[in-house]
Amino acid sequence: MKITFDWLKEHLQTKNSENQLLNKLTDIGLEVEGVENTFSSLEKFVVAKILKTEKHPNADRLKVCDVDIGERKMVKVVCGAKNAADGLITIYAPPESIIPKNKIKLSVTEIRGVTSYGMLCSESELNLSDESDGICELNQKLFKNKIGKKYFDKKNRSNLIDLSITPNRPDCLGVRGIARDLATAGFGKLKINKNDKISSKSKQKISVKIRKEKNQGCLSFGSCLVTNVKNIESPKWLKDKLISVGQKPISAIVDITNYVMLDLNRPLHAYDADKIKKGIVVRNSKKGESFKALDNKEYHLQEGMCVISDDAGVLGLGGIIGGTRSGTEFDTKNVLIESAYFEPRSIRRTSKKLNIDTDAKFRFERGIDPLSIKEGLIKAASLIKKICGGEISKIDIQKIHNYQEKIIKFEIKLFEKITGFKISIKEILKILIDLGFKTKLSKNFLKLSVPSWRPDIEQPIDIVEELVRIHGYDKIKKIDPVKKRSKPTLNKTQRLFHFLQRSIASKGFQEAITWSFTNSKINNLFKSSMKDIEIVNPISSDLNVLRNSIFSNLIIYLNKNLDRGIKDLSLFEIGPVFYGSNPGDQETVIGGLRSGKVSRLSWIDKEREVDIFDVKKDVIQTLEEIGYSKSKIFVDTKTPNYYHPGKSGRIFLNKENKEKVAAYFGEIHPNILKEIDIKTEALVGFEIFLENLKRPKKLLKDQKTKYQVSDFQKSERDFAFIINKNFESQQLIQIISEIDKDLIKDVNIFDTYEGENIPIDKKSIALNVTIQSMNKTLNDEDLEKINKLIINTVETKTGAKIRS
Amino acid sequence: MSDLKKIKDNFFSKLNQNLGLSEINQIKSDLFGKNGLISSQFKKIGSINESERKKFASELNILKDELQDLIDSKINDIKKDEINRKLEKEKIDVTLPERSFVRGKIHPVSQTIDEISAIFSEIGFSIEEGPDIENEYNNFTALNTPDNHPARDMHDTFYLDKKKEKLLRTHTSPVQIRTMLKDNPPFKIIAPGRTYRSDSDQTHSPMFHQVEGLHIDKNINMGDLKGCLNYFIKEFFEVEKIKMRFRPSHFPFTEPSAEVDIGYEIKDGKIVIGEGDKWLEILGCGMVHPKVLKNVNVDPLKYQGYAFGIGIDRLAMLKYGINDLRSFFECDYRWLSHFGFDPLDVPTNYRGLSR
Repeated sequence: MKITFDWLKEHLQTKNSENQLLNKLTDIGLEVEGVENTFSSLEKFVVAKILKTEKHPNADRLKVCDVDIGERKMVKVVCGAKNAADGLITIYAPPESIIPKNKIKLSVTEIRGVTSYGMLCSESELNLSDESDGICELNQKLFKNKIGKKYFDKKNRSNLIDLSITPNRPDCLGVRGIARDLATAGFGKLKINKNDKISSKSKQKISVKIRKEKNQGCLSFGSCLVTNVKNIESPKWLKDKLISVGQKPISAIVDITNYVMLDLNRPLHAYDADKIKKGIVVRNSKKGESFKALDNKEYHLQEGMCVISDDAGVLGLGGIIGGTRSGTEFDTKNVLIESAYFEPRSIRRTSKKLNIDTDAKFRFERGIDPLSIKEGLIKAASLIKKICGGEISKIDIQKIHNYQEKIIKFEIKLFEKITGFKISIKEILKILIDLGFKTKLSKNFLKLSVPSWRPDIEQPIDIVEELVRIHGYDKIKKIDPVKKRSKPTLNKTQRLFHFLQRSIASKGFQEAITWSFTNSKINNLFKSSMKDIEIVNPISSDLNVLRNSIFSNLIIYLNKNLDRGIKDLSLFEIGPVFYGSNPGDQETVIGGLRSGKVSRLSWIDKEREVDIFDVKKDVIQTLEEIGYSKSKIFVDTKTPNYYHPGKSGRIFLNKENKEKVAAYFGEIHPNILKEIDIKTEALVGFEIFLENLKRPKKLLKDQKTKYQVSDFQKSERDFAFIINKNFESQQLIQIISEIDKDLIKDVNIFDTYEGENIPIDKKSIALNVTIQSMNKTLNDEDLEKINKLIINTVETKTGAKIRS
Repeated sequence: MSDLKKIKDNFFSKLNQNLGLSEINQIKSDLFGKNGLISSQFKKIGSINESERKKFASELNILKDELQDLIDSKINDIKKDEINRKLEKEKIDVTLPERSFVRGKIHPVSQTIDEISAIFSEIGFSIEEGPDIENEYNNFTALNTPDNHPARDMHDTFYLDKKKEKLLRTHTSPVQIRTMLKDNPPFKIIAPGRTYRSDSDQTHSPMFHQVEGLHIDKNINMGDLKGCLNYFIKEFFEVEKIKMRFRPSHFPFTEPSAEVDIGYEIKDGKIVIGEGDKWLEILGCGMVHPKVLKNVNVDPLKYQGYAFGIGIDRLAMLKYGINDLRSFFECDYRWLSHFGFDPLDVPTNYRGLSR
């Protein structure tokens, strides 16, 4: 909502400054979004007279004009207007001025070899009207003595104040409503509205009917006929007024309806009465009906939209937009003014379906004062008569519903209960009365009649808001919070989330946060068998689905970093991935990607590409840090198709429970790199599934076993076995570990070998076994015994042969 | 002069010359060898008459210790010199770079969430979460924003079905609804998380983060709301004083509603929070609307309280001087490295929120 202080002063008697106004507006909830100094840019435009025009030497359509800009100054201006002629009085824009329409700043320029100092303006360029054919032609009589004077006078000096009016306050979509709020808050006095009266004897002759239908969107329809008018350009005061709030003047009749809307928040519509065929019927539209609206678009209506129609069909959409067929023109003789009440719900439904946004729609969908019908008609009709002449008819009001005053029983102590402080009953009454409430005090209660312009006020809590808003939010006394905690801040899952996040970051990964939605083309590479979860109205076609995998976005951003020339990357994200479109169809995944090399270009360490054992380490170490025992972790090779089939693994926390996958790790499938055009030496990744990590009931401190260590001498023995090539080392370690859990403390693979001297279907695995007893130093005999046991067990259980 | 004195003078002066290891060993055997001078003196003890024997023995022992210490220290010195000479040859360029290391980082939004959690934890809030996909009821209707309400226009919603029943939550407020439906009052929770609106420019991103706050009990009023937010903002920005302004506003799910601005000024091109005469909007809040309480079966005559919603990204931008909201989600490695936090930097109350 745009206003000026000057306009406001027509309703408000105040001596306060504009600065005070801005603060007050914000203090009472009418937030000032911006203040625009429209005058300073217009100040430079002066009345000027063309003394002489000559044809441009190098251009047929241009003229070079000698222009008198007052104070005995004459400038040369190049102008293309046909109507530029000797003696014409027009509006001159000097260099450095800014043209209101296109916001272009003028400078001295050479146009086809002739220097032009400034510009002669058309009405359209000055936002005065749509007239763009030729430059302004000012009235000789009125302006001949004003050459060199500023064209825009002091009336425009008021700054344009842009207010952000919250949707609950339709009453403040009119200047008077804002003035009322300000007056209530002590910022001046609300002027009494001096209403013109219509003392007409002639009836409004055009019949109006509101058809009683189900879901009829129009509850009442007031109208007034003004006959024998002469529609002209608006007088300067009216034009200036509309321009001052950024509206464009069109013609007196249209400008008057706009003016009344902005002033009183009373939308009106003006029809050329002669174009209405046999009276007006307000009804629901039928499917297939259409009409051409004032925005020059053809609208095809669905069933049940509230339309204003006549015998020939739809005239307009009630409360939203009128049609071209019955619009007023400069030659309009008889005007029918409409002032109606449309249901917000109906307005909203229709405008949403047809995607129309107009000032009228904006107001009706928020709720117009149903009792302002008459006031609006009187004001508009009187103005039309004043400006365009003619005779005013009696006012006709049709209605299918009577307005019922809302009554609220307000318990006075509710104010203190909600706000924490008290105000006097005297102040309460004053505020409410100034806002337009009718009040009746009885003991602890107030019986309040809500003003008809406040559809937002429904119950006692709304009264509290009005009171505290006007009294001032700054009066609310801070109560310091109590530092007491009765519940743990985080639950177990949340703690795990935080731990995982920092655990992964501590391994050299940088945390990324990417959208929850992604490009379906990329997502397809990672979604396995899941269905697309499409967004009906995506922000762009490459963000059209919810991600099924944590990799869908991460890999895109990894690639962008590769494109930036950064080769060795470790990125991770912890966040939701989705497997359905219902609330809760999501799980938390922590995924990481690593690319490039380790120890690149190091003078001391051997450089190598990142590989799957880097990410396996990241995962296993993290799981251990969380508290899962490495000895129980089980790995197999079933992984989703976006991993390298031979170089990826699946991790379970426990061999016995393979329902829930704790993590995947591995090389990203080379085809995917090709598909997305990723150029890197190596790309490996992992996913850990937070919800699949079983949260033990016991705290970590309670899970710890008794502290037991052995101080007896420990021995280490090395073994090398020739074993089937596809025999998993994990199993070999397990077999050895289980031979004697009391004595075998650790089994570590220190070499694997395939190739020369080893049969083609075999491999060699070399292990180091740590043997230590809890209760004695083992002698040679003991060690020999366990040695033999290890060899025999491995050979019988696995078919391996000890390498001699 | 006694023999002992002679030996002492003689050998002390010998030992104080610049000797090699073999020379010292020679002296050692001259003194302490089988027939060494000191050894011979010990043999004499028995033949000395009783009156002097004790004195002689004591003097001899002292001499023996002195000589031995001197020899040991000389040998030690020589060995040290030898090592030092050897080490001199092993000198390397220690200014060569260390073995490479990589530093992981926590995203500023995650860090900010942890900071917010730490602050609210101190005053008894616990953390709740809700799903990113919401139904229309929890996101709007239950929050007193029926379908025909113009306030819905303020939320450019992403929908997952044509009927507009399933959507990406436009704010964290539906967590209020879920929390209150699940449990019984009192409620004292915050709910940080991802939120979505179909909007994208310098200051809007289609995904952003909010933290919801909800405190419902028997007597929670606007003074508590003001106190709580004042505490939070002061703690979060780690300043002694904060300029804060409550401004009336409108949200369908709170009544009365307020927006909160904090005072700031620009010093040397940087935002300084808590001073100056400019205002910056940072959050919306209000007393939970009785209709919302009724929708979740909480009796508004018995219980009341406040709710608030804060833009997390916005807070992070202000605190850590980040200019462009979109950069949060562009995952530029250099940006993450610059603005990210060390994983060891866990915000805590006892250690302070930030370093």
